Amino acid sequence: MKRIGIDVGGTNTDVVLVADGKVAHGVKAPTTSDVTSGIVSAIETLAAEVDLGQGVDAVMVGTTHFINAVVQRRSLNKVAAIRIALPATGGLPPFTGWPADLAELANGGVWQIEGGHDYDGRRFMPLDVEAARRIAREIRDRGLKCAAVTAMFSPLDASDEEAIADILRDACPGISVTCSHRIGGIGLLERENAAILNASLIELAGETIEAFDRAKSRIGVTAPLFVTQNDGTVAEAARAVAYPIYSFASGPTNSMRGAAYLSGLEEAIVVDVGGTTSDFGHLRLGFPREANAAVHVGGVRTLFRMPDLISIGLGGGSLVDTTANRIGPVSVGYRLTKEALVFGGSTLTATDVAVAAGLLDLGDRSRVAHLPAVTVRTVLARATEMVEEQVDRMKVDAGDVTLIAVGGGAFLVPDALRGVARVVRVEHGGCANAVGAAIAQVSGEVDQVFQGKTRAEAIAAARELADQRAAEAGARRDSLVMVEAEDTPIAYLPGNAMRVRVRVVGDIQAR
Amino acid sequence: MRQLSLDDIEALAVGAWILGTGGGGSPYHALLNLRRLYAEGTRVDLIDVDEIADDDAIAVVSVMGAPLVILERLVDSRLIARAVTAMEEHLGRKFRAVMAIEIGGGNGMQPLLAAAHLGIPVVDADAMGRAYPEAQMTSFAVGNLSPSPLTSIDPRGNEVVVSKTSTWKWMERVSRKVCTEFGSIAATCKAPRTGAEVRRWGIARTTSKAISLGLSVREANRRHEDPIEAILKAESGKRLFTGKVVEVERRTTEGFLRGRTVFDGLGPDRDTKVVIDFQNEWTVLWRGGEPVASTPELICVLDSETGEAIGTETIRYGQRVTVIVLPAAEVFLTPRGLEHVGPRAFGYDIDFRPVFRT
Repeated sequence: MKRIGIDVGGTNTDVVLVADGKVAHGVKAPTTSDVTSGIVSAIETLAAEVDLGQGVDAVMVGTTHFINAVVQRRSLNKVAAIRIALPATGGLPPFTGWPADLAELANGGVWQIEGGHDYDGRRFMPLDVEAARRIAREIRDRGLKCAAVTAMFSPLDASDEEAIADILRDACPGISVTCSHRIGGIGLLERENAAILNASLIELAGETIEAFDRAKSRIGVTAPLFVTQNDGTVAEAARAVAYPIYSFASGPTNSMRGAAYLSGLEEAIVVDVGGTTSDFGHLRLGFPREANAAVHVGGVRTLFRMPDLISIGLGGGSLVDTTANRIGPVSVGYRLTKEALVFGGSTLTATDVAVAAGLLDLGDRSRVAHLPAVTVRTVLARATEMVEEQVDRMKVDAGDVTLIAVGGGAFLVPDALRGVARVVRVEHGGCANAVGAAIAQVSGEVDQVFQGKTRAEAIAAARELADQRAAEAGARRDSLVMVEAEDTPIAYLPGNAMRVRVRVVGDIQAR
Repeated sequence: MRQLSLDDIEALAVGAWILGTGGGGSPYHALLNLRRLYAEGTRVDLIDVDEIADDDAIAVVSVMGAPLVILERLVDSRLIARAVTAMEEHLGRKFRAVMAIEIGGGNGMQPLLAAAHLGIPVVDADAMGRAYPEAQMTSFAVGNLSPSPLTSIDPRGNEVVVSKTSTWKWMERVSRKVCTEFGSIAATCKAPRTGAEVRRWGIARTTSKAISLGLSVREANRRHEDPIEAILKAESGKRLFTGKVVEVERRTTEGFLRGRTVFDGLGPDRDTKVVIDFQNEWTVLWRGGEPVASTPELICVLDSETGEAIGTETIRYGQRVTVIVLPAAEVFLTPRGLEHVGPRAFGYDIDFRPVFRT
């Protein structure tokens, strides 16, 4: 089994070759503004340094391209936003609470119709199919290519969203429709916001993934392309193009998955110390714990499957202020090799302090010899405190945890920390993100209401559906493991109703 | 009478959330409604209790319901306005102004939504001075005022008038049932009050109190000063404890979110541990098995860094918090007041021991 894992970060593009469960080789190249030429050059370097042969089974790419498009307000499509919840919610129409500049780019029109469900699964209002047909014609006449459909309580009953999506596809050939129930849970505004963002990125996702595919072909690799997702698994490229929002947090997620793989640990806190920031996450059964609160993306409040992460401004390139004993949040970033003291620059960075302390050997150590030992100690103690506090915030209870430290700036994490039983460091930790992409599995998820079943029967039924979805997404059935199972009884509904959420993961089916 | 600025309203959202003492529901949707109404040119006036006449009719509004349902049904300003006009139709007379039943949480902003549509002012008062879960936990109930009538509104054109109930508890039972049928959310106009009743039994100047709390927090954050100091100064509160969350237990029983949170001290409180119980709102704070603070005084758990309130639904391990106590409305400190909202009203076999000497 040979796989190429690629992580396209803001500064660097990391590429690794994982063969027979081992990291065979890794290379780093600067990320380019068009993203793909950086990938091509990184893969070409990899191909020049190791023999890829014919045996590559899969290429997995993780990218921050889509979330950056939202943050930087570029390459976004206008979206027809359709909400099915009248006569409720009309006072807060789609795009409420959006930053004006982003709404300007993404708002292709807003339509609200009657329909939707209540919390107990009862119908809220009959679906206004006539209005939907009229809207579909308007959308066709306006030439809109993307739509987002959101119905009240669609995570509990998705039928209205599905029905409207069908009407739109019939009336508007070539339109891509994002249904909110495929994106997020309870919380209509936040789920709708996420669905609209997803819809606005559909065209960019198509172009980008096609470009990844071309980059892969250019170096003669015919293996299928997968795109990494927020939950640490991958989706086949053909499926991933419909859900760009699912790869928003793939960078930190891939680091965490890589850390789990390289360390062999399934329960731990992970810190990925980069050049500018440190990302903290919590591994559970080898996967990042999910966030259960709203996440702001580009100024928009959203709620969808995202890992629970804390990011602070502490990295190898962080500026150090010795008077105030402050590190970061400003960093020299990719200019580290020009501006840091040890590289002949004039800016005191966290890397310089670490070199002075003998934690790493980089650049010209004599250029930091003037730093008083007490200053070096105080600064490193401050870094330790910052890490300790975030590790504690990431915990779910008071016990000591295992901490896996990865990333290029991991030297800032000492071996002994309060609240940490042990610090684990791994080989290839500097490219844990690309490793995480390379070893990613496929998942299947179900979140729906079951009635007239015992708890065990309901979970079993959900499990069967999730298995089926994972197999459709490219998983090998006999490798599927249930990693999440959650059931919530729903009061006021006859027949022992409960909402069951199950997620399974498994290995990619070899071709 | 003064016109509220959008800044006042943004501050009210922060202050009302603090006075929610962990519950009361988020003011976020109400704030979104008001931003839209203000962008359209609507303005809301606030009048002091001294500016209303004895025989003025005052509408008392709130949204009842489960937080989960509000997340999907959202808050619509027209609905709460309709609850008020439905009551006007039932009574056959117009209201002079509208006020909140509870200043704590999202309901602290509901009268502004109604006022924006009706063109009448908001009275600077409420009947809790904080948030409480039930109808009988109000100063009006303590004053033994009539609990009825009540209008309950659903957006699908379903409207109920509860014309008469014999007690506040009956009103709670009947109106709760209607609310459940509507989908566990309803916009309500409670029993109307006269100006005289509001002045005698209402808790005065709580809207402006919430606004000034919010302004203090926002101003302190802007200046990178300690927002909690600013709150204590603005509201003569007491800092009880600084620490972090180490344990949270939650269970939903009888429609309430009940549980307890354990905190470990930090800084000056290192090596001490406190426990705070909650029933939607924070109810009793324990140290070494002894009750240190309790309802009706306001126990507020605030984010140590931002000064923003932390709700009982979302509090979680590792959060850095400062616990402060704010004084209760005097009406709740009488024996009759304590019967309605003292620790025993929440099932605790303890006497109320005030943090603030009166």
